[in-house]
Amino acid sequence: MNALGFQEIVFIALAVAAIATSLLMVTTKDAIHSALWMIATFFIMAVIYLLLNAQFIAVAQVMVYAGAIMMLILFVIMLVRMETGQEGTGGAARRSRPVKIAGALITVVLLAELLLGAFFYQMSGRSGEYSVAVVNSIGSVRTVGALLYGQYLFPFEIASILLLVGIVGAVVIAKRK
Amino acid sequence: MLPEIPATFCFILSGILFTIGAVGAILRRNVIVVFMCIELMLNAVNLVFIAAANALSSMDGSIFVFFIMTVAAVEAAVGLAIFVMVFRQRNTVDPYEIDLLKG
Repeated sequence: MNALGFQEIVFIALAVAAIATSLLMVTTKDAIHSALWMIATFFIMAVIYLLLNAQFIAVAQVMVYAGAIMMLILFVIMLVRMETGQEGTGGAARRSRPVKIAGALITVVLLAELLLGAFFYQMSGRSGEYSVAVVNSIGSVRTVGALLYGQYLFPFEIASILLLVGIVGAVVIAKRK
Repeated sequence: MLPEIPATFCFILSGILFTIGAVGAILRRNVIVVFMCIELMLNAVNLVFIAAANALSSMDGSIFVFFIMTVAAVEAAVGLAIFVMVFRQRNTVDPYEIDLLKG
Protein backbone atom coordinates (compact mmCIF):
# COMPACT_ATOMS: atom_id res chain seq x y z
CA MET A 1 0.00 0.00 0.00
CA ASN A 2 1.53 3.26 -1.07
CA ALA A 3 1.43 6.52 0.83
CA LEU A 4 -1.97 7.70 1.90
CA GLY A 5 -3.46 10.41 -0.25
CA PHE A 6 -5.11 13.56 0.99
CA GLN A 7 -8.59 12.01 0.71
CA GLU A 8 -7.65 9.01 2.84
CA ILE A 9 -6.14 11.20 5.55
CA VAL A 10 -9.29 13.35 5.64
CA PHE A 11 -11.44 10.23 5.72
CA ILE A 12 -9.49 8.66 8.58
CA ALA A 13 -9.63 11.88 10.60
CA LEU A 14 -13.39 12.06 10.02
CA ALA A 15 -13.82 8.40 10.91
CA VAL A 16 -11.97 8.86 14.21
CA ALA A 17 -14.08 11.95 14.95
CA ALA A 18 -17.30 10.07 14.11
CA ILE A 19 -16.38 7.16 16.40
CA ALA A 20 -15.39 9.54 19.21
CA THR A 21 -18.58 11.60 19.00
CA SER A 22 -20.81 8.52 18.79
CA LEU A 23 -19.04 6.98 21.81
CA LEU A 24 -19.59 10.22 23.72
CA MET A 25 -23.21 10.14 22.58
CA VAL A 26 -23.69 6.67 24.06
CA THR A 27 -21.77 7.26 27.29
CA THR A 28 -22.89 10.77 28.31
CA LYS A 29 -25.38 10.72 31.17
CA ASP A 30 -27.28 13.84 30.21
CA ALA A 31 -29.78 13.23 27.41
CA ILE A 32 -29.43 16.77 26.02
CA HIS A 33 -25.63 16.38 25.73
CA SER A 34 -26.22 13.00 24.15
CA ALA A 35 -28.42 14.61 21.50
CA LEU A 36 -25.84 17.33 20.82
CA TRP A 37 -23.09 14.74 20.29
CA MET A 38 -25.48 12.92 17.95
CA ILE A 39 -25.82 16.11 15.87
CA ALA A 40 -22.01 16.28 15.65
CA THR A 41 -21.93 12.66 14.46
CA PHE A 42 -24.53 13.41 11.79
CA PHE A 43 -22.55 16.40 10.50
CA ILE A 44 -19.38 14.29 10.27
CA MET A 45 -21.33 11.59 8.41
CA ALA A 46 -22.53 14.26 5.96
CA VAL A 47 -18.91 15.21 5.20
CA ILE A 48 -18.07 11.53 4.68
CA TYR A 49 -20.96 11.30 2.19
CA LEU A 50 -19.45 14.28 0.37
CA LEU A 51 -16.12 12.43 0.16
CA LEU A 52 -17.99 9.44 -1.29
CA ASN A 53 -19.48 11.59 -4.09
CA ALA A 54 -23.05 11.60 -2.73
CA GLN A 55 -23.74 15.33 -2.59
CA PHE A 56 -27.52 15.03 -2.57
CA ILE A 57 -27.47 12.60 0.35
CA ALA A 58 -25.01 14.82 2.24
CA VAL A 59 -27.38 17.78 2.01
CA ALA A 60 -30.37 15.60 2.87
CA GLN A 61 -28.46 14.22 5.88
CA VAL A 62 -27.88 17.72 7.25
CA MET A 63 -31.45 18.84 6.59
CA VAL A 64 -33.39 15.72 7.58
CA TYR A 65 -31.25 14.16 10.31
CA ALA A 66 -29.21 16.97 11.86
CA GLY A 67 -32.03 19.45 11.26
CA ALA A 68 -35.47 17.94 11.50
CA ILE A 69 -35.09 14.69 13.43
CA MET A 70 -32.65 15.99 16.04
CA MET A 71 -34.73 19.14 16.52
CA LEU A 72 -37.71 16.88 17.20
CA ILE A 73 -35.71 14.74 19.64
CA LEU A 74 -34.38 17.79 21.52
CA PHE A 75 -37.89 19.19 21.70
CA VAL A 76 -39.26 15.95 23.15
CA ILE A 77 -36.39 15.72 25.67
CA MET A 78 -37.33 19.17 26.93
CA LEU A 79 -41.01 18.27 26.84
CA VAL A 80 -40.70 15.21 29.07
CA ARG A 81 -38.61 17.03 31.70
CA MET A 82 -35.59 14.85 32.12
CA GLU A 83 -35.22 15.57 35.84
CA THR A 84 -37.95 13.08 36.58
CA GLY A 85 -36.70 10.49 34.16
CA GLN A 86 -32.95 10.84 34.68
CA GLU A 87 -30.89 7.68 34.50
CA GLY A 88 -28.89 6.23 37.33
CA THR A 89 -31.10 7.32 40.22
CA GLY A 90 -32.20 4.22 42.05
CA GLY A 91 -32.40 2.24 38.87
CA ALA A 92 -28.77 1.14 38.91
CA ALA A 93 -29.65 -2.13 40.61
CA ARG A 94 -32.02 -2.93 37.77
CA ARG A 95 -29.18 -3.17 35.28
CA SER A 96 -27.99 -6.47 36.70
CA ARG A 97 -24.94 -8.54 35.91
CA PRO A 98 -26.56 -10.65 33.17
CA VAL A 99 -27.48 -7.50 31.27
CA LYS A 100 -23.92 -6.20 31.50
CA ILE A 101 -22.50 -9.55 30.39
CA ALA A 102 -24.96 -9.69 27.50
CA GLY A 103 -23.94 -6.18 26.48
CA ALA A 104 -20.25 -7.02 26.51
CA LEU A 105 -20.85 -10.26 24.61
CA ILE A 106 -22.94 -8.53 21.96
CA THR A 107 -20.27 -5.86 21.55
CA VAL A 108 -17.51 -8.39 20.96
CA VAL A 109 -19.48 -10.79 18.75
CA LEU A 110 -21.11 -8.10 16.64
CA LEU A 111 -17.89 -6.16 16.14
CA ALA A 112 -15.89 -9.30 15.28
CA GLU A 113 -18.57 -10.41 12.83
CA LEU A 114 -18.82 -7.05 11.11
CA LEU A 115 -15.06 -6.58 10.89
CA LEU A 116 -14.54 -10.10 9.52
CA GLY A 117 -17.18 -9.36 6.94
CA ALA A 118 -15.54 -6.05 6.05
CA PHE A 119 -12.08 -7.59 5.65
CA PHE A 120 -13.00 -10.72 3.72
CA TYR A 121 -15.88 -9.56 1.54
CA GLN A 122 -15.69 -9.67 -2.20
CA MET A 123 -17.45 -7.02 -4.19
CA SER A 124 -19.44 -9.19 -6.54
CA GLY A 125 -21.68 -6.70 -8.31
CA ARG A 126 -21.20 -5.38 -11.80
CA SER A 127 -20.18 -1.77 -12.18
CA GLY A 128 -23.06 0.54 -12.99
CA GLU A 129 -23.24 3.29 -15.52
CA TYR A 130 -23.07 6.18 -13.05
CA SER A 131 -19.34 6.62 -12.61
CA VAL A 132 -18.02 9.75 -10.92
CA ALA A 133 -17.19 11.42 -14.22
CA VAL A 134 -20.65 10.75 -15.68
CA VAL A 135 -22.45 11.93 -12.54
CA ASN A 136 -20.32 15.05 -12.29
CA SER A 137 -20.97 15.93 -15.93
CA ILE A 138 -24.75 15.64 -15.41
CA GLY A 139 -24.92 16.80 -11.79
CA SER A 140 -25.51 14.64 -8.74
CA VAL A 141 -28.89 16.08 -7.74
CA ARG A 142 -30.12 15.95 -11.33
CA THR A 143 -29.18 12.27 -11.57
CA VAL A 144 -30.93 11.39 -8.32
CA GLY A 145 -33.98 13.41 -9.32
CA ALA A 146 -34.23 11.75 -12.73
CA LEU A 147 -34.05 8.32 -11.09
CA LEU A 148 -36.56 9.21 -8.34
CA TYR A 149 -39.14 10.60 -10.76
CA GLY A 150 -38.46 7.97 -13.40
CA GLN A 151 -37.46 4.46 -12.47
CA TYR A 152 -38.43 4.80 -8.79
CA LEU A 153 -41.62 6.86 -9.20
CA PHE A 154 -43.92 4.29 -7.57
CA PRO A 155 -41.82 3.81 -4.39
CA PHE A 156 -41.54 7.60 -4.21
CA GLU A 157 -45.34 7.95 -4.18
CA ILE A 158 -45.61 5.17 -1.58
CA ALA A 159 -43.11 7.11 0.55
CA SER A 160 -45.34 10.18 0.34
CA ILE A 161 -48.30 8.13 1.57
CA LEU A 162 -46.10 6.82 4.40
CA LEU A 163 -45.21 10.39 5.39
CA LEU A 164 -48.90 11.37 5.38
CA VAL A 165 -49.75 8.38 7.59
CA GLY A 166 -46.87 9.37 9.89
CA ILE A 167 -48.14 12.95 10.26
CA VAL A 168 -51.71 11.85 11.02
CA GLY A 169 -50.54 9.05 13.32
CA ALA A 170 -48.28 11.35 15.34
CA VAL A 171 -51.09 13.87 15.83
CA VAL A 172 -53.59 11.16 16.81
CA ILE A 173 -51.20 9.48 19.26
CA ALA A 174 -49.98 12.65 20.97
CA LYS A 175 -53.40 14.33 21.18
CA ARG A 176 -54.57 14.92 24.72
CA LYS A 177 -57.79 13.03 25.27
CA MET B 1 -10.90 13.61 -10.80
CA LEU B 2 -10.65 12.76 -7.12
CA PRO B 3 -9.15 9.40 -6.16
CA GLU B 4 -11.41 6.81 -4.61
CA ILE B 5 -11.55 5.99 -0.91
CA PRO B 6 -11.34 2.18 -0.44
CA ALA B 7 -14.79 0.78 0.33
CA THR B 8 -13.26 -1.39 3.06
CA PHE B 9 -12.48 1.70 5.17
CA CYS B 10 -16.13 2.72 5.01
CA PHE B 11 -17.33 -0.79 5.85
CA ILE B 12 -15.08 -0.92 8.92
CA LEU B 13 -16.25 2.51 10.09
CA SER B 14 -19.84 1.48 9.52
CA GLY B 15 -19.35 -1.75 11.51
CA ILE B 16 -17.90 0.16 14.45
CA LEU B 17 -20.69 2.74 14.41
CA PHE B 18 -23.35 0.02 14.15
CA THR B 19 -21.84 -1.81 17.14
CA ILE B 20 -21.76 1.38 19.22
CA GLY B 21 -25.40 2.00 18.35
CA ALA B 22 -26.46 -1.56 19.16
CA VAL B 23 -24.69 -1.62 22.51
CA GLY B 24 -26.11 1.79 23.41
CA ALA B 25 -29.61 0.62 22.49
CA ILE B 26 -29.20 -2.37 24.83
CA LEU B 27 -27.52 -0.67 27.78
CA ARG B 28 -29.00 2.82 28.00
CA ARG B 29 -31.97 3.30 30.30
CA ASN B 30 -33.68 6.24 28.64
CA VAL B 31 -36.00 5.52 25.73
CA ILE B 32 -35.05 8.71 23.90
CA VAL B 33 -31.33 7.87 24.02
CA VAL B 34 -32.18 4.32 22.92
CA PHE B 35 -34.06 5.86 20.02
CA MET B 36 -31.03 7.98 19.12
CA CYS B 37 -28.85 4.85 19.15
CA ILE B 38 -31.25 3.24 16.67
CA GLU B 39 -30.89 6.31 14.45
CA LEU B 40 -27.11 5.86 14.66
CA MET B 41 -27.49 2.24 13.50
CA LEU B 42 -29.62 3.41 10.56
CA ASN B 43 -26.87 5.89 9.71
CA ALA B 44 -24.25 3.14 9.71
CA VAL B 45 -26.38 1.20 7.23
CA ASN B 46 -26.73 4.33 5.08
CA LEU B 47 -22.94 4.62 5.02
CA VAL B 48 -22.62 1.05 3.68
CA PHE B 49 -25.15 1.80 0.95
CA ILE B 50 -23.32 4.95 -0.12
CA ALA B 51 -19.87 3.33 -0.01
CA ALA B 52 -20.94 0.28 -2.01
CA ALA B 53 -22.77 2.41 -4.56
CA ASN B 54 -19.70 4.61 -4.90
CA ALA B 55 -17.41 1.60 -5.36
CA LEU B 56 -19.70 0.09 -7.99
CA SER B 57 -20.36 3.48 -9.63
CA SER B 58 -24.08 3.07 -9.20
CA MET B 59 -26.71 5.62 -8.17
CA ASP B 60 -29.09 3.18 -6.49
CA GLY B 61 -27.36 3.62 -3.14
CA SER B 62 -28.47 7.24 -2.97
CA ILE B 63 -32.04 6.24 -3.80
CA PHE B 64 -32.12 3.59 -1.09
CA VAL B 65 -30.66 5.99 1.47
CA PHE B 66 -33.30 8.53 0.49
CA PHE B 67 -36.05 6.02 1.29
CA ILE B 68 -34.34 4.97 4.53
CA MET B 69 -34.26 8.63 5.56
CA THR B 70 -37.97 8.96 4.78
CA VAL B 71 -38.78 5.95 6.94
CA ALA B 72 -36.50 7.26 9.71
CA ALA B 73 -38.28 10.62 9.69
CA VAL B 74 -41.71 8.98 9.96
CA GLU B 75 -40.36 6.68 12.66
CA ALA B 76 -39.03 9.69 14.61
CA ALA B 77 -42.38 11.50 14.43
CA VAL B 78 -44.49 8.52 15.49
CA GLY B 79 -41.98 7.16 18.03
CA LEU B 80 -41.55 10.47 19.80
CA ALA B 81 -45.32 10.94 19.89
CA ILE B 82 -45.55 7.56 21.59
CA PHE B 83 -42.84 8.58 24.10
CA VAL B 84 -44.74 11.77 24.95
CA MET B 85 -47.94 9.80 25.44
CA VAL B 86 -46.25 7.16 27.60
CA PHE B 87 -44.57 9.86 29.67
CA ARG B 88 -47.96 11.46 30.29
CA GLN B 89 -49.34 8.16 31.58
CA ARG B 90 -46.35 6.82 33.51
CA ASN B 91 -44.19 9.89 34.22
CA THR B 92 -41.02 8.01 33.27
CA VAL B 93 -38.74 7.43 30.29
CA ASP B 94 -37.08 4.31 31.70
CA PRO B 95 -37.68 1.41 29.29
CA TYR B 96 -37.76 -1.00 32.23
CA GLU B 97 -40.62 0.92 33.83
CA ILE B 98 -42.75 1.10 30.69
CA ASP B 99 -44.90 -2.01 30.82
CA LEU B 100 -48.22 -0.74 29.51
CA LEU B 101 -48.76 -3.89 27.46
CA LYS B 102 -48.42 -6.19 30.47
CA GLY B 103 -51.77 -7.83 31.13
